Amino acid sequence: MIDYKMELNDEQIAILKGEKGDAMRQVLETVVLFGDIFGAKRLIPVTHKDTHLVTSFGLGVLKPLYACMEKLTSEGIKAQGYLTVDPRPLDYENVKCNPLEKFVFNKKMYSMQEEYESYLTKLGLKNSNAFTCACYLDEVGNIPKEGDVLSWAESSAVVYANSVLGARCNRNSGMLDLFGAIVGYVPEFGLVTDEGRKATWKVYVKTTKKPEAQILGSAIGMKVMEDVPYVYGLDAFLGEELNDEAKSYLKDFGAATASNGAVGLYHIDSLTPEAKRMGENLIAEDAKEYVIDDTELERIYKSYPVMWKKTDAKPNLVFIGCPHLTYEQLCKWTSDIVKTLKNKDMKKVSVRTVMTASPDTVARFKRTTKYELLMRSGVKLSSICPLMYTNNPIARGLHRIATNSNKLRTYSTSRYYKDAQLLDIITGGEAK
Amino acid sequence: MAINMKEFKGRVLAAGNWEGEAVVSHQGVNTLATFQNSALNNKPEVIAGDQNNKDIYGKNITGKALCLPITIGSTTGGLVIQTVCAMGINPSAFLFSEHIDSLAASGIVLAKVWEKSGVIAIDMLGEDFLNTVKTGDKIKIAEDGTVTIL
Repeated sequence: MIDYKMELNDEQIAILKGEKGDAMRQVLETVVLFGDIFGAKRLIPVTHKDTHLVTSFGLGVLKPLYACMEKLTSEGIKAQGYLTVDPRPLDYENVKCNPLEKFVFNKKMYSMQEEYESYLTKLGLKNSNAFTCACYLDEVGNIPKEGDVLSWAESSAVVYANSVLGARCNRNSGMLDLFGAIVGYVPEFGLVTDEGRKATWKVYVKTTKKPEAQILGSAIGMKVMEDVPYVYGLDAFLGEELNDEAKSYLKDFGAATASNGAVGLYHIDSLTPEAKRMGENLIAEDAKEYVIDDTELERIYKSYPVMWKKTDAKPNLVFIGCPHLTYEQLCKWTSDIVKTLKNKDMKKVSVRTVMTASPDTVARFKRTTKYELLMRSGVKLSSICPLMYTNNPIARGLHRIATNSNKLRTYSTSRYYKDAQLLDIITGGEAK
Repeated sequence: MAINMKEFKGRVLAAGNWEGEAVVSHQGVNTLATFQNSALNNKPEVIAGDQNNKDIYGKNITGKALCLPITIGSTTGGLVIQTVCAMGINPSAFLFSEHIDSLAASGIVLAKVWEKSGVIAIDMLGEDFLNTVKTGDKIKIAEDGTVTIL
């Protein structure tokens, strides 16, 4: 049996001795050794059993993943609740690819997609629609309660669950998310503890107008890295109620803090649940300070490198929806695009544009008249992960992708544009 | 804590004796962005691919001691570390100046438990370590967590 430091109960020790099989032993070993590194004194029960997994793609290269899944499923192991998973990588119907791109996707990259989804089904996948990074949306329904302990990964989902829903989850990696869901325990440290949820940064937003969520999140992420920020001043723009607009904003803000830094939890003064309940009691002594004004936001925006070969070229593909759009965002983008096209006396968007949202959100949107308007504008609606698409080396050479996602910008050669710039670009304007 | 200008002691997470070259990132290393292109393309070596990390972007980090504060970015990070360890294209050692972050810790543990990888990991080497070590420096790692810049 492995050497471990934390206190374990009889059931857990029996698993480590191999009494529930070799795969369960390895699963718990991983969870325990991981917890020991962070000084966890014990394991605590996962109270929200439904898990969200970060790994949704059958990348051929991830051989360790399939070896592990084969071992788990061959021993009949399942997660204790159902699984939602990050978005699928491909959707040829709505995100067309040339034959060479398809060859690379099908044969070189996502060659294990079918097998991987088969493993997910055996482990407890909710249903075939359960592929989205925004599992916490009403349409999808994997929604923890305040105080629930989770075993999730996907950085944007973890930061949302912790901050907006008040749930408790560490920034787990792929595999650790599944392992916690299987054994039903996670180590007690970090963001699942009261102490770990205290803010060590006070961030003051002093901009003259509502900041772009993705730039503000990027600025804070790059400054505080993995620490917890307590943000003042945003309530002036978002109000004091977590309505659909505020939740959409915080989804994008959080994703940028998590991908441009390593933030797993933020508190927004007078808005997010713990900040409302505990206020400044959430702030640790000697918290550092960061002031964000218009100049600082512009400095951050201008620091983003342009990775296109021709930096003065126009974009030829636009992705909107990383993380996946909320229903409210889908409706707003549709209204904005339709209205702007009409004002410019145009019928269709001038640049190939793909908007991405969860399959369940898309299904809801399709039941509205706005869906037909969006289709008439030429915009495609998909549920893929734009990042997985941009990973294709062939796609990288072919496309100059524009996006309003700081996460997508960080992990690809996509160029970041503000929302208004992007709207202008897809309705015939010149990219600046 | 620095014992002298060139010797540092950290906490051993995955032990080993090793001697080789350092590659230094003064900012958090974005694991997915750094490793994904090389891993995806089955390259024999990892050329760091994170455009936002000027310290290591474009540098070969396979078989080196990657000196860094922590890792950052997407929560696929641990799986990515496990995968590059399984592929044998990992840095030989991860030397963290700060307390290891949860994503890198996942990766090191996954690599140990599931891949029986010999990757070395030491954390809490201190800010002085990262301020002292330079890319290209020869370093020696002892299994008790002592890192010597030669």
